[in-house]
Order: sequence, then C-alpha cells, then structure tokens
Amino acid sequence: MTAHDVVITGIGLVSSLGVGVDAHWSALTATEPKPVIDSTRYAPYTVHPLPEIDWNQQIAKRGDQRQMETWQRLGTYTAGLALDDAGIKGDEALCASMDMIIAAGGGERDENVDSLILAASETRSDTGVLLNEKLTTELRPTLFLAQLSNLLAGNISIVHKVIGSSRTFMGEEGAGVSAVETAAARIRSGQSTHLLLGGAFQTEHHDMLLGQELGGYLHRAPWQPVWNRQGAEGGGLITGSGAAFLVLESRGHAEKRGRTPYAVVSKVASGNARRNKGDYAEAVTRLIGSLDRPAKESLLISAASGTHLPTAAEKVALDADATLAYRGLTSLTGHLKEAQFPFAVALAAMAIKNHAPYPAFASGEKAYSGQTDSVLATAVGYHRFEGAALLTAA
Amino acid sequence: MASRKDHLGRPVVAVTGIGIVTSLGVGKKDNWEALTAGRSGIHPITRFPVDHLNTTIAGTIDFLTSSSMGAAALTYELAETAALEAVDEAGFRGVDFDGPLFLAAPPVELGWADRLELYRKTKDGAGYDRLLASARGLNSLDLFESTQFGSIADRLSEKLGARGLPITLSTACASGATAIQLGVEAIRRGECERAISIGADGSATEEALIRFSLLSALSTNNEIPEKASKPFSRDRDGFVLAEGGAALVLESLEAAEARGAEILGILSGCGEHADDFHRTRSKPDGSPAIAAVRAALADAGFDTGRIDYVNAHGTSTPENDKMEHLSLASVFGERMRKIPISSNKSMIGHTLSAAGAVEAAFSLMTMREGVIPPTINYDQPDPAIELDVVPNTKREASVSAVLSNSFGFGGQNTCLVMAREPN
Repeated sequence: MTAHDVVITGIGLVSSLGVGVDAHWSALTATEPKPVIDSTRYAPYTVHPLPEIDWNQQIAKRGDQRQMETWQRLGTYTAGLALDDAGIKGDEALCASMDMIIAAGGGERDENVDSLILAASETRSDTGVLLNEKLTTELRPTLFLAQLSNLLAGNISIVHKVIGSSRTFMGEEGAGVSAVETAAARIRSGQSTHLLLGGAFQTEHHDMLLGQELGGYLHRAPWQPVWNRQGAEGGGLITGSGAAFLVLESRGHAEKRGRTPYAVVSKVASGNARRNKGDYAEAVTRLIGSLDRPAKESLLISAASGTHLPTAAEKVALDADATLAYRGLTSLTGHLKEAQFPFAVALAAMAIKNHAPYPAFASGEKAYSGQTDSVLATAVGYHRFEGAALLTAA
Repeated sequence: MASRKDHLGRPVVAVTGIGIVTSLGVGKKDNWEALTAGRSGIHPITRFPVDHLNTTIAGTIDFLTSSSMGAAALTYELAETAALEAVDEAGFRGVDFDGPLFLAAPPVELGWADRLELYRKTKDGAGYDRLLASARGLNSLDLFESTQFGSIADRLSEKLGARGLPITLSTACASGATAIQLGVEAIRRGECERAISIGADGSATEEALIRFSLLSALSTNNEIPEKASKPFSRDRDGFVLAEGGAALVLESLEAAEARGAEILGILSGCGEHADDFHRTRSKPDGSPAIAAVRAALADAGFDTGRIDYVNAHGTSTPENDKMEHLSLASVFGERMRKIPISSNKSMIGHTLSAAGAVEAAFSLMTMREGVIPPTINYDQPDPAIELDVVPNTKREASVSAVLSNSFGFGGQNTCLVMAREPN
C-alpha cells in the first residue's frame, strides 16, 4: 500500500437500468436481473434505451443544455454524477486542478438534413452542388459543435469547471481502455493527483446504428444474453444508451480529503491482438494472465460485446479458467461502445465496496458466492482492441 | 556529457526522427525550402464543387494517391507518409518500431460520396432506414473501417510494428501537440524508451468546410488564395482550412545516445490548461492560454528568458491572434515585443488535428537550421498587436529554445517547449 496507489473515489453511471450507482446496484443484484429493451423503434434492431433523466440535476443552465445533443448531455450529466459521488463537484479548487480523459466517439448528425439530401440525390445528378446547396442552408451551426468528439470534454469543462487538463481519446472500446490505463499510469507516477475519466454512448440515433451495421455487426434476432447470440441473425451486437464516469485519485490525495475509496485499480492491461492470426482466445487468456491476479476464485465483470468471433473467443478463455465466475454486463445494459470498459471497472469496484458479488446476469453464468476483495474487468472490443483490469479492496 | 535527467529527475526526451507532409509538399526537405522561401500552399479548391460556398480556397493536399478517396483514406496516407519519414530518419527502417503510437486525427464519419452510393444501392424506403438496409447487404469492411475511430491508428501500428494498443486522440486544433505530450509523458513514466507521435488531418471535405464556415471561422479572401492567411495582420478575417501530417520519433536521451542516434532536438516541456468559458471563444482575460504557456515553461524548468522564438498558433482569425498576443504579453512582459514569433499557418493554412505536430516539427527544424520561417502576408500590421512576426522574409538567427502554441475549440490549450540541445 502506497500513497500513489490508484483508488476509485467516485462513480457515475447511466444506462437503461437507471441513473446512478444505487439504482444500478439494486437492478444488478435483483434475484434475476432483467434488461430494459426496445425492439420496435429501431426494428429489426433491439436497443437498451436511455432511462428518464432530469438533465437539470447536473446541467443547471438551460443554455448549456441547448448547446448539446443527447450524447454530450449524457456524458456531461454522468460526469457530474461521478464528481458528486467523489465529493468534488462544486469544489472550485479541486476541479481546477483535476485532469480529465474522455473516451469519445462522435456526436449526432442531423438526420433530417441527411435524409433531405439523400432524397434530393435521387432526382439530381449534380450531387456535389446539391450538397453545398443543402448543407450551407440547412445545417445548424451549433450542431457542428455537438458533433465534435472533444466537445464532450469541452462541455464538462464549461459545466463542471474541470480544467486541469483535457484529453479526448477516440477508438471505440479501446479508447475507454486507454483512458483507464493512462489515467492509472498518470496517478501512479505522480503526474496526476485526481482525474475524471469516462465515456458516453447514445445509440438511439440511426447514424450510430449505421456505423456498426456497415460492419454487419448488429444483432437482428430477438434479444438474447450476450453469450448466446452465436448463429442468430445479424452480428451479435445489441447496443444501449448510457455512460460511465470514474474519479480516480491517488490514495494519498483521497485520504487527505477523508474519502473512502470503492477500490484500488491494481493493474490495467491493454492489447491489440491480431484477430485474423492465431488463436484469439489465447490472446484473451494472456491478457487476463498479465494482471497477476491472486490465485483464487474471483468474480469477473465482462464487457463482452456479443459480436460473434470475439465473444466466442472470450467465452472460451473465461470458461477454461475454473476459478473465474463471469458476468456479461452487456446483456443488461446493451453495448455502450467507448463506455464499455469504464462501466465494467465501475461494476467491479462496486462489488468490492459492497463486499458482495452479482448474481448471474443471464442463464449459463455460474453462481458465485465467494469473496469480492479482488474483482476483474474485461473489455474485448467488438471489432478491435482489448483491455482488462484487476481491482482490489482499498 | 549532457544530463540525461531533467530538472525533476525525469528522463530527458529527445527527438530522433521527423516527418512532414503539407500542401507545400512531401518530406522535410521540400517543406523547409518552401516554408523558408515564404511560399504559400493555399490554392483554389478543386476536390469538390464550390458553388454556394463563401470560402473557395484551402490548403488541401491534392498530390497523394488517396487525395480524392475520402477523409479516412487521406488521413491514413498522411499519417503513414510522415511516420515512415520519421522512423527512417530515426533508424528504424524495416524493423519493428516497438514503442507506443499516439495519433492525433480528426473524428471521421462516413463520407458523402459513400453515403450517397450506399443510398443508391437499395431502392426500398428512404433516409437512414434505406442506408441501414444497404449496409446489411455489404460484403466488405471498407466502409465500416472508414467510420471506426481506432482504425487508422491500428493500421499504422501494424505497419510500423508499434507496441500495444495505439491511442487515437482529439483535442481539436491542439491535437498534434497533445499526441506529442502523451509520448513525452509515457517516456518520462519509464513505460518505454521511445514513442511515435503523429498528427494527421485529411478531412477538408465540403461538409467540414461548410461547418467551419457556418461558425464564421474561415477566411473569405478567395481572390488571391496565397494571400488569404495573414496572421497578426489588421485585415485578417479567418483561418484557411488545410490538410497535413507530421510525425516525431521521441526517445529517451539515454536510449538515443546509447544507440548512437542523431539528436534532432529536445522536447523539454509540455503544458496544458482547459478553458471553461465558452465552446469556441477563449476567456477574455486569456488566463487559460497563459496558464498553458506557464505550465509548459515550468515543465521544462525554463524561465521566460530562455525562449528565443515562438512558433505561434497564429490562425489568422481575429479572435485567436488577439488572444495569443495578450497571453504571450502577459507571460513574457515587455520582452515579448522583441522575441521573434511567426506563424507557419500563413503559408500552410490551419492543418487542424495535425497542426500541433506539423508546427512542432517546423520548430525543431528552425532551431537546427538557424533560420526562422516568416509570417507571410504581413502587409498591414495590426496596431493592437505589437509583435516581431518575422514579416514576409525568413531570418537567420541562433535559436536555442522554442515555445510552440496550440489552442483549440472546446477550451483546449496545449503548449510545447523545445530546445536545440540537452541542458
């Protein structure tokens, strides 16, 4: 134990299951946790929709809310939950010196303008001129900012006054993995004392679905748990809207503030294994092995996406280790893209703090009633990149 | 022998490889010749029709294979071209680079040409439902990859034999500087002996141009394109959208010396500070930019007297240049009138996500060559901005340390301090 240990002192969560840590804990520890899904609005796709959110709770100014679309609002809101949970929100000095790493995709395009142009393209051959004509007259200037990846961080700076540093990582699940890994490395080395990280994803938008369907990844059959989508129509991915933010802090900094951490981030590992070469299950096994976890039975929170090849490989890797009991969080939240890994890490930290495991999230996951003083988290990307973390009791 | 640890006991970070592509050409040699000759790379747009557009000029890169193949393809080629030049110079040609990769790149979306073609593939339905139906029928991952933010860095990583999960980042117009900062920090943490930091931006599409235009950020001086970007001039009226790429091989001085590599410069300090004032405007008192400059100097362990030259962010927008002057004058005081400061953007335009990396590369060359590139188009000085902008003609000067500024939308402020030699 050292003053530079990386501890989690704040968590903000939003998903179809609800808003905040407590809502998630109670939904996820129900006897039989149930997903909230909508299979009609985006049929043939199923999504896990956003819950009811009172944005005013975390974004006081209407003017600020208007400058954002749902993705940025969701991230800014959830960042506020994490800052609140850590007892940092509104503390000007702590926010001013706080670092930030956001894992971001892009914001929402204006679907109406896009559809207008697509429709007009059927009767026009001068599509280049058509584009200029429509884009110059139909695009709302503010929407550009709502689409910019780094403007989620920008809005968090404006709304919550976190201004120590601001970095936005991009790259799907890998961005969330790198955010956690870099944040932990910064704190461990003394480059940072306290840091906000996280990501948000708003799937209830056709363009977001399109990005994933271009790869044929969306699941088109009736809802199934994340492990059971092999062979079904589509690519296995059922998405959700949600966000996960964490406040990471050095143990010394947290103790000085009198905060009790959820857990210690003991080790983070990331990888970029070539999936078309060699045995991907072995790569996942090696990644988890590199965490040097205690040789005993453990709970593992998996952010498996459901996409066929990587999820099957992860399942092979996890099933091969009899000491692991895993929980596929994506069965219940849907796939939250950049937020996948932070979400898994958050759930691991909550199990440690509450000294209690989660029940099976879906049939086929084995019962676990052992200790939760060390819990693992994994995020194997739906298309590329993978990461894992070991969290231990503070 | 120079110290291999800095003032805080951290490994000194050297630069051992540099690669550059801008609208002025491919490679350090061509770029440096053009830049020091005061030549502009800004020209009329030919990539797409300019009907209905207020701005019809840009610093697009039209001479690469991917120039007409969309933002993702061109951004990749720019990044790869710059990275290969840098690793070649550093001596890692043909071997695995074996260090982490940090890529500053624009957020990419499905391009309009692809979007329209996808729409045409199916005849049923309309709008996004029809796009989704077409997407279900694709049997190639090419379009998918063009929308994945991790894809360019992943390809580069494989090409270069970089280590681990490559990081793609965006801090808007400060991205290139952030990529360098992340590399420096990784070496200082002792995670690696070397890293490659790349900034690349090939996203000058019609939609990008229109979006910036709607924010009134772009120059509309279309008549004489090469004269449109005029940083610090009284009649400046916006930046010129441009493309480019640059890469630096960063290496601990100790590792670089141990393998006998040529040291091209030292990355002495990085500083940043976010702005909580507004999404596109800076806090009127300049305090975030001031804090970023001071943080970079403090990180380098330099007092203001050590800086011989400032490579300005100098976008040529009314707001940026005024704010940059205010910030520098606050930090450097009276001496700021005498420190040469020039804007590469007067010639290459604003290369957005690449700018911080491109300008760091030029800053390092400025020190090595002993020549300061000019700020061109400086015909009508802004009387409110008293700076020695190295007007219109290059200047020979011994430059031992440079400050390079990068400021971006979303309150991003990142500054780099570089030195010619180790302390």
